[in-house]
Amino acid sequence: MTSFILRRLAVAIPTLLALIVFSFLLMEFSPGSPFATERGIPPAVMANLEAKYGLDRSLIERMGIYVWNIVSGFDFGPSFSFSNRSVNDIIAQGFPVTLTYGFWSFVVAVLVGVTLGAFAAIRHNSVLDYAAVGVTVGAQVLPNFVMAPILVLVFTLWLGWLPGGGWQGGQIEYIILPVIALSTSYMASIARITRSSMLETLNAGFVRTARAKGLPMRRVILRHALKPAMLPVVSYLGPAFVGMITGSVVIDVFFSTGGIGQFFVNSALSRDYSVILGITILFGALTIFFNLLVDVAYAWIDPKIRY
Amino acid sequence: MLRRTLLTMTGLSALGLGGPLLAADVPDGVTLAEDQTFSYRELDQPASIDPQLVEGVPGAHVVQQLFEGLMIQNADGETIPGVATGVEANDDNTEFTFTLREDARWSNGDPVTAQDFVYAWRRAADPATASQYAWFVELAAIEGAAEIIAGDAAPDTLGVEAVDDRTLRVTLSEPKPYFPEMTAHTTFAPVHRATVEEYGDDWTNPSNIVSNGAYMLDDLQLNEFWTASKNPEYWDADNVVIEEVTSYIINDTSQALTRWEADEFDLLEPVPAGSFPRLQEQYPDAAHSTPRLCSYYYSVNMREDAPEALKDVRVRRALALAIDRDVIVERLLQGGQTPGYTFTPDATAGFTAPEIDYATWTQEERDQRAKELIDEAGYDDLNFRLLYNTDESHRQIATVISQMWSQKLGVSTTLENQEWSTYLDTRNAGDFDLSRAAWCGDYNEPSTFLDVLTTGIPQNSGQFSNGEYDELLASAATAENRTEIYTQAEAILSEDMAVLPIYHYANAFLLDPTIKGFPMNNVENNWYVKDFYRVAEE
Repeated sequence: MTSFILRRLAVAIPTLLALIVFSFLLMEFSPGSPFATERGIPPAVMANLEAKYGLDRSLIERMGIYVWNIVSGFDFGPSFSFSNRSVNDIIAQGFPVTLTYGFWSFVVAVLVGVTLGAFAAIRHNSVLDYAAVGVTVGAQVLPNFVMAPILVLVFTLWLGWLPGGGWQGGQIEYIILPVIALSTSYMASIARITRSSMLETLNAGFVRTARAKGLPMRRVILRHALKPAMLPVVSYLGPAFVGMITGSVVIDVFFSTGGIGQFFVNSALSRDYSVILGITILFGALTIFFNLLVDVAYAWIDPKIRY
Repeated sequence: MLRRTLLTMTGLSALGLGGPLLAADVPDGVTLAEDQTFSYRELDQPASIDPQLVEGVPGAHVVQQLFEGLMIQNADGETIPGVATGVEANDDNTEFTFTLREDARWSNGDPVTAQDFVYAWRRAADPATASQYAWFVELAAIEGAAEIIAGDAAPDTLGVEAVDDRTLRVTLSEPKPYFPEMTAHTTFAPVHRATVEEYGDDWTNPSNIVSNGAYMLDDLQLNEFWTASKNPEYWDADNVVIEEVTSYIINDTSQALTRWEADEFDLLEPVPAGSFPRLQEQYPDAAHSTPRLCSYYYSVNMREDAPEALKDVRVRRALALAIDRDVIVERLLQGGQTPGYTFTPDATAGFTAPEIDYATWTQEERDQRAKELIDEAGYDDLNFRLLYNTDESHRQIATVISQMWSQKLGVSTTLENQEWSTYLDTRNAGDFDLSRAAWCGDYNEPSTFLDVLTTGIPQNSGQFSNGEYDELLASAATAENRTEIYTQAEAILSEDMAVLPIYHYANAFLLDPTIKGFPMNNVENNWYVKDFYRVAEE
């Protein structure tokens, strides 16, 4: 197991390097400049700006310096747009926000999704099953960019219960709407995967045996069926968790949370090269890490899996 | 020496007579609300709030609350004293001597001195600061600015000098009668030298910043909000009523509207495109539309390699005539914008529009003349590429105009949509036939617009060039009657169809009716929260 983890980590490094090179090249070839303005910048000022951010060096040189700064000091460089912020500052401000509402969305999505899916499977073809399927299908076809305005309309404008946006250091009332908006469709997916996997498991031989032994249904489900039924769910959870904590652009932009998704979009539009790169690497690293975690979880859930 | 004081310049009788210039002018008998806070929505996070680096409207709104320049503006957009109490100009308007008020202080208690302005202005011009607004110092024609910005001279050669703590002398390289008006611009706000030098790029962080305006920055969270509270050291703090200002960054305009409707903040500008008529009906006390010092136009490429047809004034004129501006402002935009027949907006101070013949015609007459012109020019199968930056209303306008040209003139257009940064690259490189463009005045004087179309300046992206026009504008600075010259210059633009004017902007906004003191006639959309107050709800 340890050697498996080490092997995977060893592969992660060239993967990240490839990601950096590829992102660097994409930005190099995209038109526009971080300093583009309608007013026109005097050439000497432009030269200074380019020198300040190292844009006067060759591509290879810049890439080398960039990678070295990350390796030697975990320094992602200064932001091109925000003159007094470094990329580290921006990630330090934005990522905790996204991580907070992403984490709670994950908790809600898993708890509600698994419960709903499991109950629907256990009470297969009952009213409860149909209701659960109805709810999940409904939730899945409502993407968060539709969900978010509806939530704000109802809870902010009509009922006046919750603020329509902002973060304020993560006070509970500011977290609720983003969490509902973000978790809904994930919850629906989890419920559906759980339901079908649970149905399959409940019809499996070992469950029949357990029931034939006379075990109470509750024990059969919790002790024997739930764990194997979770296997497909777990493989979905890895990427889903990364998706949630790296923030939904829609949630950040719509609820003005100050989270990282908004920086990602804005920096792409304003050609803030260092911010795009920094966030891309962060997302890449997280994806690699959680996929590894999922593989480890696999081995724990299913003893048949060996690495 | 011609002595001119602000008294004559702005007609402010209170000045120089020792009478107070009230920040918030609360009339007698008004009951103020207990909650004296003001909040507003901003579309984007300002990239910087450093006066010398700031650019764009969102940033200017922050700087206007935190810093005060020599001059500021009143509710009608007129220049009034800020830190300065008076200014004297020499005979040919090349030297200005400002007197600073004695009670002006920084938020840490230090006095605001002439040296602070010298430091800030040199800093703006210094290429090492890498200010994207350095050109404004050159535009103001401060002696030595051009050389410093080009990197050929040291920043301390700039023509600005502190005669003593309270006297600032500025030397210009050419006459600029309206120079004092230009000092209201954020680029010319002072900065606290010791703080800038101690903290470097981080000096504007809430924990470090020292400012001299009516408010002090308390907190700033990128892409979320910033908040500032009343600065007790501000010279007119006794008359500042609003205790706290908060700005929320909300990118999505519809979401901003919902949150305004839920009472989360006081001011929403602009309202979503096309929603103004409904809002005006629904919130008659809150919905306003005021003229804005901005012009929306299509730039015509007249470079060497541009299509020959576009260098033919008949074609340009036909294109301009065939645009039905009423459809655009009344059906599409619906926010109080006005049809544009001149490049300079009518709302500009000191501007009288020339008589533009087709402005008085009916659209049928214009269409008929356009058809005649295009036939006369005799080009076959005209097809132009129309460049615009990604935005729903730019797309709608481009679509409608291309329909008008195709139906009325048989001219076809290929729409090319690019997002902002790419669009600027393409436009500056001249890789377009026609291009959507807009210009907002940097100060309230016609030259802020007309200068854009002089020969050789980078903002003149179509490279229109007319020697007579250039000479006329150059002569304006020393002329007795500038207004007349500007009218003539604008007549040349119209005659040559240098650009295709489309409409003049309006600022359609929602303001909570309990907030009073908002400058409804400031066409530059400069507002200072120190002038506001909140009345108790009846």
